[in-house]
Amino acid sequence: MEDEIFDAIVVGGGVAGAVCAYKMAASGLEVVLIERGETPGSKNLSGGVFYCDVMSTVFPEFLEEAPLERVISRNCLMFLNDDSHVMIDYADRRLAGSSNAVTVLRAKLDQWLIDKCEEAGVMVMPGIRVDELIRDGDRIVGVKAGDDELRARVVVAADGVNSFCARSAGIRRAPTPDQLAVGVKSVIGLDPKVIEERFGVNEGEGAAYAVVGSCTRGLGGGGFVYTNTDSISIGVVIRLDELKAHSWASSSQIHDDFLAHPEIARLLEGGTLREYGCHLVAEGGHAMRGTLVADGLVVIGDAAGLTLNTGFTVRGMDLAAQSGICAAETLVEAAANDDFSAAGLAAYERRLDESFAGRDMITYAGAPDFLESPRMYGAYGQLAADLFFTIYRHDLTPRRHLVGQARAAWRKSPLRLRDVVSDVWKGVRAL
Amino acid sequence: MSSSPWGTVTERLARNRYTVDEAHPHIVVNNDYVRRAGLASFFERICPAHVYTARDDGGVDVEYAACLECGTCLALAPAQALVWHYPRSGCGIGYREG
Repeated sequence: MEDEIFDAIVVGGGVAGAVCAYKMAASGLEVVLIERGETPGSKNLSGGVFYCDVMSTVFPEFLEEAPLERVISRNCLMFLNDDSHVMIDYADRRLAGSSNAVTVLRAKLDQWLIDKCEEAGVMVMPGIRVDELIRDGDRIVGVKAGDDELRARVVVAADGVNSFCARSAGIRRAPTPDQLAVGVKSVIGLDPKVIEERFGVNEGEGAAYAVVGSCTRGLGGGGFVYTNTDSISIGVVIRLDELKAHSWASSSQIHDDFLAHPEIARLLEGGTLREYGCHLVAEGGHAMRGTLVADGLVVIGDAAGLTLNTGFTVRGMDLAAQSGICAAETLVEAAANDDFSAAGLAAYERRLDESFAGRDMITYAGAPDFLESPRMYGAYGQLAADLFFTIYRHDLTPRRHLVGQARAAWRKSPLRLRDVVSDVWKGVRAL
Repeated sequence: MSSSPWGTVTERLARNRYTVDEAHPHIVVNNDYVRRAGLASFFERICPAHVYTARDDGGVDVEYAACLECGTCLALAPAQALVWHYPRSGCGIGYREG
């Protein structure tokens, strides 16, 4: 094994790593993909909806062949309070027809992607943990796993949000707690017919909820619910700086309380727990971007901090796939020029910045700051509910004009005008 | 803690598939440091998998076999408090749904 030199070693068989390895092998490079999970996907958790148009640019058969759960035709944004909720409920036939947003379970999807890699000639090595990078001077020349060494002209770090590769290469620091969140998720098995009735969707279609407010007991983060074919994925995402700061906060208890909220529990009734899991999510947005290349190394996917939370949508897998594409195109070029230096690989960063993924990271660069406001996680939801309460509760007192009602609800709320103006301004600029 | 209709965390984890590396714990806690810094309840509450249990002496017991490998403790605890790696090749959590 020591003597063989590959063109590329991809560390990590998630969406980013698999797409990158596939594209390089399809262009004739000798590629090995190392995955620490015994089976592909076994260390991975989906965090939500996969906006999957990008996959069809790599795999034209993606929509027909890949193990997709449901096409999301209904999106709900829910402000959840202890005894009330206000929800924006958006359903659209155009969403159902375009198949552009789907739910996936990673154990199935990642297996499919890895099968595609093998068909394209990638040498896949599952069940192997990469322990460290091998250097020759400043250059990364391979990886060490146990007693084995594997050498290549370039290493692709696709090893996820905790990327030890990128950290040990010294090009990326460990993210700070405010740049990370922990997702705690349950997969609850439920009959497909029940899912379709309960979520008001047609056969094969699904719904996705983004929830803010009491689902995180006011901590920065949110709840999510989305439908799979015969299960529901549900859970919370809690920002780590908030989890650290509040001594009452238990990550598992916040998850359990969310599932037990009457408005949420009714969605799960009669279901059986299939899996309980957790995973970190990068929440820092563009500010986390930093350097993504070194001599003999490129960083892609979650390892590069490529996730986006806008409040409405949470994205990662589409950005991961696009970063894999940009890296593969760059590395195929680098192989032809025999230049894997940081200067040569900088073309990857340029490609990424010019792609929808890089552009969206910049467009939404203000989103983390906007979502930082604690008012997002309590006061606004309560204000909305108080306003609607005055509209729909007729208690034999004479009605007032809506403006008066709103003013009364506003006076009850702890919100201050200056903060709201600041939040709205940030929101308008961020989104 | 209030009870959940989905069982205790430990009961839930019993449904998951793990390959336990009996010989090599992938988490090693410096309990002297944890005691001095008063971190036991902190470890207990942040971990979604309840890997850490506060002991009477101020340290923590570590049930590393239950770890879901998220990295929350590594990201939040002071560097002196623990050594945390992914489990060795082929070991640890094996999600079947994801």
